[in-house]
Amino acid sequence: MTIEINFFILIALYVCGAVGALLFRKNDQIANWWSGIMAIIGSLWGIVFAINSFLHYSKNIFTYDYSVFPLLNLSFHIDQLSAFFIFIISLIALFCSIYGIDYAKHFYKKYDLGVLGFFYHLFIAGMLLVVSATNGLLFLIAWEIMAVASYFLVVYDRENKNNIDAGFLYLIMTHVGTAFIVLAFLIMYVFAGSFDFTAIKAGLVLMPDFFKNTIFVLALIGFGTKAGIIPVHIWLPSAHPAAPSHISALMSGVMIKTGIYMMIRIFFDMFSSIPLWWGIVVLIVGATSALLGVLYALTEHDLKRLLAYHSIENIGIILLGLGSSLIFYSLGNLTLAIFSLAAALFHILNHAVFKALLFLSAGSVISQTHTRNIEKYGGLIKYMPLTAFFFLIGSVAISGLPPFNGFFSEWMTFQSLLQGIASTDIFIKLIFVLAAGSLALTGGLALVCFVKVFGATFLARPRSEIVKQAKESSILFSLSMGALATICLIFGIASGYFGILLTKISASLNIFQNATLFFNESINGSLITPNGSATVSAPLWFIVFALILILVIFWVKFLINKNQIIKIGATWDCGINLNERMEITATGFSRSIVTIFSHILRPSIQHEVEYNDSEMRFLHKSKIVRLEIHDVYQTYFYQPIHKLISILSSKAKSIQSGNINIYILYILITLIFILFLL
Amino acid sequence: MTMFFWALQLIFVPLVSPFFIGVVRKIKAKLQNRQGASIFQVYRDLWKMMRKDEVISSDASWVFRQAPFIIFAVTIISGLSIPIFASFLVNSLTGDLLMVVYTLALGTFFLALAGMDTGSAFGGFGSSREMTISALAEGGFILSFFVVALIAGTTNLFTIVETNIFLTAKFFLPITLAFIGFFIVLLAETGRFPFDNPATHLELTMVHEAMILEYSGKRLALIEWAAANKFFIFLILGANIFFPVGIAQTADFKAIFIGIVVLFFKAFILCAIIGLIESVMAKFRFFRLPDLLITSFILSAIAISLI
Repeated sequence: MTIEINFFILIALYVCGAVGALLFRKNDQIANWWSGIMAIIGSLWGIVFAINSFLHYSKNIFTYDYSVFPLLNLSFHIDQLSAFFIFIISLIALFCSIYGIDYAKHFYKKYDLGVLGFFYHLFIAGMLLVVSATNGLLFLIAWEIMAVASYFLVVYDRENKNNIDAGFLYLIMTHVGTAFIVLAFLIMYVFAGSFDFTAIKAGLVLMPDFFKNTIFVLALIGFGTKAGIIPVHIWLPSAHPAAPSHISALMSGVMIKTGIYMMIRIFFDMFSSIPLWWGIVVLIVGATSALLGVLYALTEHDLKRLLAYHSIENIGIILLGLGSSLIFYSLGNLTLAIFSLAAALFHILNHAVFKALLFLSAGSVISQTHTRNIEKYGGLIKYMPLTAFFFLIGSVAISGLPPFNGFFSEWMTFQSLLQGIASTDIFIKLIFVLAAGSLALTGGLALVCFVKVFGATFLARPRSEIVKQAKESSILFSLSMGALATICLIFGIASGYFGILLTKISASLNIFQNATLFFNESINGSLITPNGSATVSAPLWFIVFALILILVIFWVKFLINKNQIIKIGATWDCGINLNERMEITATGFSRSIVTIFSHILRPSIQHEVEYNDSEMRFLHKSKIVRLEIHDVYQTYFYQPIHKLISILSSKAKSIQSGNINIYILYILITLIFILFLL
Repeated sequence: MTMFFWALQLIFVPLVSPFFIGVVRKIKAKLQNRQGASIFQVYRDLWKMMRKDEVISSDASWVFRQAPFIIFAVTIISGLSIPIFASFLVNSLTGDLLMVVYTLALGTFFLALAGMDTGSAFGGFGSSREMTISALAEGGFILSFFVVALIAGTTNLFTIVETNIFLTAKFFLPITLAFIGFFIVLLAETGRFPFDNPATHLELTMVHEAMILEYSGKRLALIEWAAANKFFIFLILGANIFFPVGIAQTADFKAIFIGIVVLFFKAFILCAIIGLIESVMAKFRFFRLPDLLITSFILSAIAISLI
């Protein structure tokens, strides 16, 4: 019983925070601190709740059911998977809230802080409800609370018209997604006669294959829209930059994962048989999203848009794990299916941590420079050393380099893909080869992208005056970024432990109830594949690397040539004075990649030249070069849809005469029609 | 006893790597009808640079200053994680092929950052080119390793080498294809023809040299040494993973001695091929390089489908 009360206290804390923030809205300072501190308490409570659930409960933590009125039950069910997501949400919310207290200060006297606090709390509470609700209607309500609250957070900085547009796009896209989800739930309702997840689970067994497949497609599109799979990702790169940075961190780190959560919940918990092609579709979608996400990220020079594209890339990597898990399940290899799902879950956790870290550090840079354009930065490492250091850790982690956490979840994903390649069916083998190739290429391109971002933002000389006014950000900023950076390292080093924990979580799902789970004992904290074919030990790597590094530094600096003199000189400039225009820019850095992938990215160059003498056309007076990237999905996906809708609506216009009598006739006809139908 | 072999493995790569850079240079010199410097010249150069004073750009940050140490340490730990002369030293903790690939990528990451750090136009473009090449090489690199991993049923490099089923006729074709794929990656990752000219300082073409242009003294020595280590690590990978012949399987000195001699022989052949390529081929145009790297990827993919 107590665990239920603990859960309701968790929700109550956020509701309390939301209401309190509104009550204190008259005073900016009190409202801000109230909502910050309440969110910190709430998220700490959530972390304790989740860890406690893992420690003391095995499979099902609790079920609560209270009928409000027919169809809508207040039913919650917390199992290992839900507890895992509550842990992620609370962990990221904790540091975003600490960060938010300082970040919101520049909204004082400008906007209503009470409203920010209200929607912030509502947003987190909505996410918590989404991952714990087990009634379709309750779930949809929670889903809407989350969507609407995040919409208001996106448009919070409403003086900038772009933000309003971004929010509108987000609102439309999220509701297009919701429409698919509602459809999926309605089909389930028809067969189960109830919105309750357990009833649906029972109803799905008898469902014809056609409807199962329909539900799969609807769920993939609906939840994929929230998760940001290509091509329904377009809201992500515009909504993330518009929101305040700690909100972007929450949205990108956690909110888009609720889409993945529901995919896992539906595919792995409700269905009990999975056709092979589902997994293949998910795998292909994942590979495409990962590769295109990172390619578009390379072309960006808006810091937060770039990070948003990386979210798409990482969702793709998560789907690679999820897709291989589905395939292995269909092929009957449950152990591998559990392992691949654990890889996906681990990447969900890791991406949440390092993406939050990157967004918070980006916010720290933006709060000092007031621009998101990477080309305007340069040399920030000297003005903001701590932010630079934390951003570097985030970059290393997201690029999947050891010893940080990103590497180990990618390692698990690679291992599951390799097991797929080992399959005897040539078609499946080929799919897995392409997926592994795309993952490898994605990893390489992510590395390029983060060298570009870090180099262009923090290294070399300032490219504009705004950099020179930048100062190191406040203590709360550094505290939350530093904590997340440390977690990146800890999760990496403890990857062996997480491997086992996440395997248990994925094995607890309904679909795997018949699977016999066997663990390889972890030696020296290493991560092991189920058949023991590969091991990798993070702690050992870290210790050996640190020892070697210390040894090398000590040997080179203090033993060889102790009297060496180090002079500080100017960079070699070939005899002319170097200025900031001679450094490489972010656009220049990624230009060769853009050229190589020009078939996909379709770059275009426009020159506008004004000549000194228009007759002679020799000397340029001024020259403007425009580089553009054309979005393939815009031209081939959204524009046709847009056209179709315009044509349909102009056709529909002909029945709108403006005469009220005609409209009443329509109503009458509809009524009679429905009466006949019933 | 095992401790002694591990210690030998630890110092083996940094100790021997400059020798093979010297070998390639000597082979090139001979092919160009020159006498060429001694094979041991690289050691002398390193020692010379270690004792020089240093100039560091005023624009450089700690990334530039610390990068050489990180890059060098990365090559040392990679040297520990691969089977060099003995497969009985099973390193099941860091000897995973993905671990090695990504550890080496960590070095590339810091090298590219160091190249950008001084704000020189050369460094920035060097980094851009290097990262472009290494990103595109990644697919072929991992897939070519996956071929042998699939055959051996493990991704641990030591176990792969120990499995020793490569001589069976069934796997001859896939292994050869994967090796060709890997060899292209080797040329790309170690900055050899037709990807990069290790001897040039022409601003239009240099890649690796452009990134390290601002380094001098000890730090330059470390970077050059790390580059030699990386080259040698790739030679070892090519020689041992794809042709695991003669590697010591038991812990006695005779077997280890044979292992080292065979390794030198295999590495020498690879060096001769590289030297020959560098003497008879021109550097490719930068935008032709992706074709070559995609070829490497496709070769490995074909190899996988043949298994």
